[in-house]
Amino acid sequence: MIYQNSKPLLEVRELRATVNGIEILKGIDLTVRSGEVHAIMGTNGSGKSTFAKVLAGHAAYVVTGGTVAFKGKNLFELAPEERARAGVFLAFQYPIEIPGVANNQFLRLTYNTVQAQRGKDELDPLEFDDFVREKMKLLEMSPDFLDRSVNAGFSGGEKKRNEILQMALLEPLLAILDETDSGLDIDALRIVANGVNQLATKDNATILVTHYQRLLNYIVPDYVHVMESGRIIKTGGKQLALDLETHGYDWVSIEQRAAAGV
Amino acid sequence: MSAVLQNLVNQPYKHGFVTEIESDVAPKGLNEGTIRLISAKKNEPEWLLEFRLKAYQKWLTMEEPQWPNVKYPKIDFQAISYYSAPKPRKKLGSMDEVDPELLRTFEKLGVPMHERAVLAGVAVDVIFDSVSVATTYKQKLAEVGIIFGSISEAVHTHPDLVRQYLGTVVPIGDNYYAALNSAVFTDGSFCFIPKGVKCPMDLSTYFRINTQESGQFERTLIIAEEGASVSYLEGCTAPRFDTNQLHAAVVELIAHDNADIKYSTVQNWYAGDENGVGGIFNFVTKRGLAKGVNSRISWTQVETGSAITWKYPSCVLQGDNSVGEFYSVAVTNNYQQADTGTKMIHLGKNTRSTIVSKGISAGHSNNSYRGLVRIGPTATGARNYSQCDSMLIGDQCSASTFPYIQVRNNSAIVEHEASTSKIGEDQLFYFAQRGIGNEEAVSMIINGFCKDVFQQLPMEFAVEATKLLGFKLEGSVG
Ligand SMILES: Nc1ncnc2c1ncn2[C@@H]1O[C@H](COP(=O)(O)OP(=O)(O)OP(=O)(O)O)[C@@H](O)[C@H]1O
Ligand SMILES: [Mg+2]
Repeated sequence: MIYQNSKPLLEVRELRATVNGIEILKGIDLTVRSGEVHAIMGTNGSGKSTFAKVLAGHAAYVVTGGTVAFKGKNLFELAPEERARAGVFLAFQYPIEIPGVANNQFLRLTYNTVQAQRGKDELDPLEFDDFVREKMKLLEMSPDFLDRSVNAGFSGGEKKRNEILQMALLEPLLAILDETDSGLDIDALRIVANGVNQLATKDNATILVTHYQRLLNYIVPDYVHVMESGRIIKTGGKQLALDLETHGYDWVSIEQRAAAGV
Repeated sequence: MSAVLQNLVNQPYKHGFVTEIESDVAPKGLNEGTIRLISAKKNEPEWLLEFRLKAYQKWLTMEEPQWPNVKYPKIDFQAISYYSAPKPRKKLGSMDEVDPELLRTFEKLGVPMHERAVLAGVAVDVIFDSVSVATTYKQKLAEVGIIFGSISEAVHTHPDLVRQYLGTVVPIGDNYYAALNSAVFTDGSFCFIPKGVKCPMDLSTYFRINTQESGQFERTLIIAEEGASVSYLEGCTAPRFDTNQLHAAVVELIAHDNADIKYSTVQNWYAGDENGVGGIFNFVTKRGLAKGVNSRISWTQVETGSAITWKYPSCVLQGDNSVGEFYSVAVTNNYQQADTGTKMIHLGKNTRSTIVSKGISAGHSNNSYRGLVRIGPTATGARNYSQCDSMLIGDQCSASTFPYIQVRNNSAIVEHEASTSKIGEDQLFYFAQRGIGNEEAVSMIINGFCKDVFQQLPMEFAVEATKLLGFKLEGSVG
């Protein structure tokens, strides 16, 4: 939701990044203020996940230009784990499996790490068990997932739910959900969207990367951006997503090219 | 390999110091004279000298094994000293009379030499180079009839027992290194648990190689009579030298009817430096005979040290319903090489064996699991379950699995599972994205990977092993 006078949480200016020497991000500009929901759409390979991983600090991606400020401070001065502790959360498009590490231990460690950072109480295993089970109920997740290894053998949709569970535990300031809707069945989509909506406050913000207008019926974005070849080429309100659904991405590209006079 | 992973693996060895102590070292070289010298120094009975000489003759006819998946320059057996002992100031009567320099050494290593030590409740036999320097809690154990101490002492105090069992599980000509050990072994632990006695505390031996040119050839013999049980722990370290030292031990276990022997090792010999210079050659033969009905032999090992490890703690399941177990974590880093595993020989009816092997390779190291499961024709109803998992850290290292399965009885059930996984940058990134730094992430992954083995270790050892793995792999992230 757009609030009057809310502070910018994330300010991206002219951001460029390469992977393996190939330039993927070619000058991204984006401002996200507290309380807002932004959707980023765009064709396969346009750089959406790359953008998300650059913000989270993946070592394979090299920032070659531009600036990113998070709460007014240079984000790139923080190591990936420090960004996470500061409130940047990425729900992965493809959550990785970690065999051998029990989900409940992992969840508790990440929860306590972030709690400690915020000067709040850590929970012992028993307290945490009660706490996490409550959160799982909201997401209609079976407690069986606590005893399994992190994401190991989870179905595609189960992995996505486990991501949202982590988001619910960590209560991030900035949540980037990279195609969290892909692979979710219709019921799960509703449940996950409800979860995300419940977590939204005037102090935090969400960036949804998605291919489908359907998700945006549940989580209504304040802004919709279209990414193409490593740039945001168009920004609009929620209507833009509907227009895209009708006309396709070519339509934006043509319009964009016309506007740019090419 | 990422810088993160690179650093994780390079951690200084913490036990690499040398103790300044006057030692009685035999001249280098191996011949009949050397053997007679060792035997004379220990004032041994004639039968033992004969045992040694027979083994030596056998060894001369044997070839160094070529089949292990390890590479090293040819060992010059004439360049090794086969006997080294710290010169005692006087005859030892109690722990308080042990050379203070030795006490300090073991204190530094965290080995409790004083019976009032923090790690109370564990009796320790301490072996420094070639000889046993101290055994704690001897008196207390003797009250329940347990004999625990150095094998050279046992040769004098209980010659019949030693003579009856020595070389019965690992015959003198069993393999090249076992033959060598039988010829030149200097000391080791002897442990006898009489009928019906459950050993009231964990027994432990701590091995330390101190002298640069000496080999260590210890010999351990553990006997559990009918219904007896014991848990035995073994730890080892060595100073950091840029030459290789040879360690060729033999361990024999005998479990009679309903007896139970649990043998746990945390091996942390010096592994050589980051370029593969120096380190211990650890060529060890360990075998347990589950002789009686319902007997059980259980090996648990955490192998983190040594330049080369060549070791297959095995079980011969002779008694009906006997049980053999092997739980192993082997970690290799830098240029370390490990070829380790087990043999489960099923002879008795309804014998059962379990193998759980976890290999972790980092750096340029090479880690192989080699295991044999043999079900003999008489082993009706035998069962084996094997699980061999490998984990790679970085992409310069390798892991191999060589399972050999021989089944000669149709009623047997043999199951084998194997897996290979890798700690990848993306896994570490996932942890980092949740606020968890690389070192903590690696330790969590490794501990998860080793869980099934660690939970077999006695409590203090499990803590020790977890810490050791942390040290071993610490700093490769950064
Ligand atoms: N490690 C890499 N090596 C080489 N190319 C890469 C690498 N990572 C990303 N790319 C390339 O960067 C481009 C952008 O990829 P990215 O994953 O950001 O796209 P996306 O917009 O998220 O696409 P999708 O909608 O399919 O998820 C693609 O062409 C991809 O192949
Ligand atoms: Mg993507």
